[in-house]
Amino acid sequence: MSLEPNTANKTAWGRISRDGLWSNNVVLAQSLALCPLLAVTGTATNGLGMGLATTAVLIASGFLIALIRGWVTPEVRIPIFVLVIAVLVTLVDLGMNAWLHDLHKMLGLFIPLIVTNCAILGRAESFASRNGAGASAFDGLMMGLGFTLALVLLGAVREIIGSGTLFANASLLLGEGMAFLEMTLIPDYRGFLLAILPPGGFIALGFILAGKRLIDTRLAEARQRRESTAGAGALAGS
Amino acid sequence: MSLLAVLNQRQSIAYQATLLGGFTLLAAALLVIGDLTTRDTIALRKAEDLKASLSQVLPPALHDNNLLADPLTLPDADGAPVLVYRARRGLEVTGVAYRVSGPGYSGTIELILGVDPQGRVLGARVLSHTETPGLGDKIELAKDDWILAFDGLSLGDPPPERCAVKKDGGDFDQFSGATITPRAVVGALKRGLEFFQRHQVALTAPAAVSVASDPVRSPE
Repeated sequence: MSLEPNTANKTAWGRISRDGLWSNNVVLAQSLALCPLLAVTGTATNGLGMGLATTAVLIASGFLIALIRGWVTPEVRIPIFVLVIAVLVTLVDLGMNAWLHDLHKMLGLFIPLIVTNCAILGRAESFASRNGAGASAFDGLMMGLGFTLALVLLGAVREIIGSGTLFANASLLLGEGMAFLEMTLIPDYRGFLLAILPPGGFIALGFILAGKRLIDTRLAEARQRRESTAGAGALAGS
Repeated sequence: MSLLAVLNQRQSIAYQATLLGGFTLLAAALLVIGDLTTRDTIALRKAEDLKASLSQVLPPALHDNNLLADPLTLPDADGAPVLVYRARRGLEVTGVAYRVSGPGYSGTIELILGVDPQGRVLGARVLSHTETPGLGDKIELAKDDWILAFDGLSLGDPPPERCAVKKDGGDFDQFSGATITPRAVVGALKRGLEFFQRHQVALTAPAAVSVASDPVRSPE
C-alpha cells in the first residue's frame, strides 16, 4: 500500500505538521487532554513517557481508522472508533508493563486514561475518518509530538520550580545511556510544593498558554505590517 | 444471496450489527493475542519487583532459599489472608516478611515488614503510597532515612504506650507539616508486629514441620 494520502502534495504534509505541532496543538490550541496533562507533569520525564505512549496510540488509531473508514457507517462510527482506541490503549498498557516496567510503575495509573483522552477520538473523527491511512498516521504523529512537547514543557517548568531538578529518572525511560539528561539545577533546594501539586500545574499551564498567544499575536502583527507595507508600495507604484 | 443483499444495504440494521459484532470479535482476538504475548513477561517483572522489595527487608546474607518459592498464608486480625515470605538458612527460619498497610493522609500506605525470629524488625519499606509529595513522602527511603529508625525495635521495645509519634507522646519523629502519614506508618508497623506475635510459632517453625502442618498454601 502506498503511504501517500489521496490528496497528497507537499503543502498537505507541511500543513499537518504545522497544525499538530503549533497552530492546532492539542493542549496549547485545543485545550484538550488536560486531565492526563496535569496529572503526570510533575516531572519532565513523566511528561515525556506519557507523551510518547499517547503518540503511539494516536499514530496507530489514525492509521487503523483511516483504513476502515470505507466500511464504517456514520451511525456506528463512534462505538467502533472507541473500540479501536480502547484496544490500542490496552495493548500499549500491556506492552509497557512487560517491557518498560519501571516507567509503567510511575505512569501505570494514567495509561488506561489515554482512552478518555478526547484528543484521540477527536483526531479519529475530524481527520482519520476523512483522509488516507498515511496522512492519518502522520497526523497522529504530529499531534502526538505536539502533545508530547506541551507535556515536556509543562513538566520541565514544574520540575525545575518544584524540585530543582530536570529529567529526574530519565534513565528509567530512555535507558542508562541517557542518564546524562538527569540534572540537578538547584542544589540543596528545599522544593516548592505548589508547583508539584495540581494547582501549580494549572498556573504553569496558564503562563504557557499566555506565552503561545503572545507569540501568535506578534507573528500576526508582523505579517500584517509586511502586507500593509507591500500594499502601500504597490499603491505608490501605480 | 439475500443475506448478502441485506448486508450490502449500508443503512440496514443487519449491516450495522454485523459491522459492530465483527469489530468486537476482532478486538477481542487482538486483546487475547496481546495478553498471551505479555503475560509471562509481566509475571516475571512482578516477581522481580517482589524479590527486590523483599531483599530490602530480608538481607541476602540471612537466607539460602528462594524467598518466593514457599510462602505461607495466615489470617490477620480481621481474618484477611496475609502472604508471608520466609527466609531460611538450612531448615531454620531466619526471618519473615509480609505486607502491612495503614490509612494515610490520602489513601492506603502499603509497606513491607521484615521480622527476625525473635520478633525484632529487620527492616520496613514503603511499597506504595499517595501521600503529599514534599511532605508525607519522607516515609520513602529514597527521600529520607526516617523509616530506618524502626530497625531492631520490637513490640516491647519501645514499650507499647510509647509506640507512637512524638505528638501522641511516643518515641517516633513526625515530619513538620505531616503528622497523619508517620502516625499511619507507626500504627501499621505495630499491627504488623502484633501479627507476628500471634503467629510466632507457625511463622518460625522449621521448614519440614511447617510444610507438613500448613494446609493453606499459595499455588506459587
